[in-house]
Amino acid sequence: MPYVAPEQLMKDRSDYAHKGIARGRSVIGLEYSDGLLFLAENPSATLHKISEIYDQVAFAGVGKYSEFEELRIAGIRLADLRGYQYGREDVKARDLANAYSQALSTIFTQQMKPYEVEILVGEVDGEVDGAGIYHILFDGSVSDEQGFVAMGGHAEDLTDALRDRYQAGWDLATAVQTAVEVLGTTPETREIPAEQIEAAVVDRTRSQRRKFRRLKPAEVASALG
Amino acid sequence: MSDRIELPLAGTPFGASPSFLELVRREHPEAVQASGADIPFPIPHGTTVLGLKFDGGIVMAGDRRATAGNLIADAKMRKVFAADDYSVIAIAGAAGQAADLVKLFQLELEHYEKITGDRLSLEGKANRLAQMIRSNFPMALQGLVVVPLFGGFDERKDEGRIFYYDATGGRWEEDDYQTTGSGGQSAKNSLKKRWRPGLTADEGLRVAMEALVDAAEDDAATGGLDAFRRIWPIAVRVTADGAADVPEEQVIAAVDAVVRERGAS
Repeated sequence: MPYVAPEQLMKDRSDYAHKGIARGRSVIGLEYSDGLLFLAENPSATLHKISEIYDQVAFAGVGKYSEFEELRIAGIRLADLRGYQYGREDVKARDLANAYSQALSTIFTQQMKPYEVEILVGEVDGEVDGAGIYHILFDGSVSDEQGFVAMGGHAEDLTDALRDRYQAGWDLATAVQTAVEVLGTTPETREIPAEQIEAAVVDRTRSQRRKFRRLKPAEVASALG
Repeated sequence: MSDRIELPLAGTPFGASPSFLELVRREHPEAVQASGADIPFPIPHGTTVLGLKFDGGIVMAGDRRATAGNLIADAKMRKVFAADDYSVIAIAGAAGQAADLVKLFQLELEHYEKITGDRLSLEGKANRLAQMIRSNFPMALQGLVVVPLFGGFDERKDEGRIFYYDATGGRWEEDDYQTTGSGGQSAKNSLKKRWRPGLTADEGLRVAMEALVDAAEDDAATGGLDAFRRIWPIAVRVTADGAADVPEEQVIAAVDAVVRERGAS
């Protein structure tokens, strides 16, 4: 095999992953008054980008479906095993984020091709009014986001738009409406119909142990007014 | 927890298994495997549970006593649990084994739902439970018998259904009512007289409480009414709206009605 400098190798892989992710649609995650909202433009009503992982933990992925689906399943397995072996309250988003970070980093450096994905792991805490969102990239780098985050095809533009508009303490309808409006600003300005929106919340005010809930199309539609 | 986690990735020969039991057996066999020796001392056993149909759903109820030999091992044990949002499991038999079976079964249903994005059908849940009991059969031969009742609201058939099991994993569907546990026969005799088709939810609860009272009268291992310590049976009801504990005040009212009618106490 010809010699390739490690810098070049990493750059090539990184470019490859970026391209793959940029082709797909975006996901927005943000904190609202009762917890976390994950929202995406998704023409399919059944192939989800957003999913429940555990009682207080949700997942979202962009990029290549088969790859983030594999990560989603792995996350559910890890969480359910942890909760069974120890206690349900011992399952934390931070541990999952670390696990994803390790797995993606290993894949990035050791496999033929990197995963073309970015994922979010979000968590609410039922005890305090806290919420946390971890953003994990294809190379395993992980960041702890405050308030809002966008990932996928036009993440930078979306993040800028969110930075201008985001306010802590929004109610759910405002959060949904704003997120949909922001998604509709890029790549071109358009109105996204409610049935093409996939949205779910981790709602700390829910009485059930499982705080994850998908928003029904009618709920999204009524938030959009 | 260590800061490095082994992530069990999804890759299996074809398709991701939605079974939690399979996963935990593979990843942590020590967590689900029990020893193969006979148990030379008495261990707690849960006693009487029952389930019955009423118009629009089912209710399952159980007394609160667990016995180990002649001792009352626990006076407030819970034996009836919501298995998920639309089904309920009630257990009699070796208490530790039974509690673990319930926990694993609940996880099995939740895990399936999260992995596949769909709830199992009621039929699917009932079959899965049969397989789990069958895999406990070696333990049953050593005396750790667990015999649950399972039921729920079948969203596809739009009706409540009840299943009962034997220690080998045999599974049968019941049309009206079923009981299990040491006081089960007395409870069943009581239900035979009192149950009829088309009971309302309240009447169903009342009939269930009466059967538990009857079981406690005849079976020393079944906990009777304990107004002094305020220990009441636990009942879980499943209708089209889902599974929920019957509120304690409704249980007390039903028990009171039974006591009043008999002119006892």
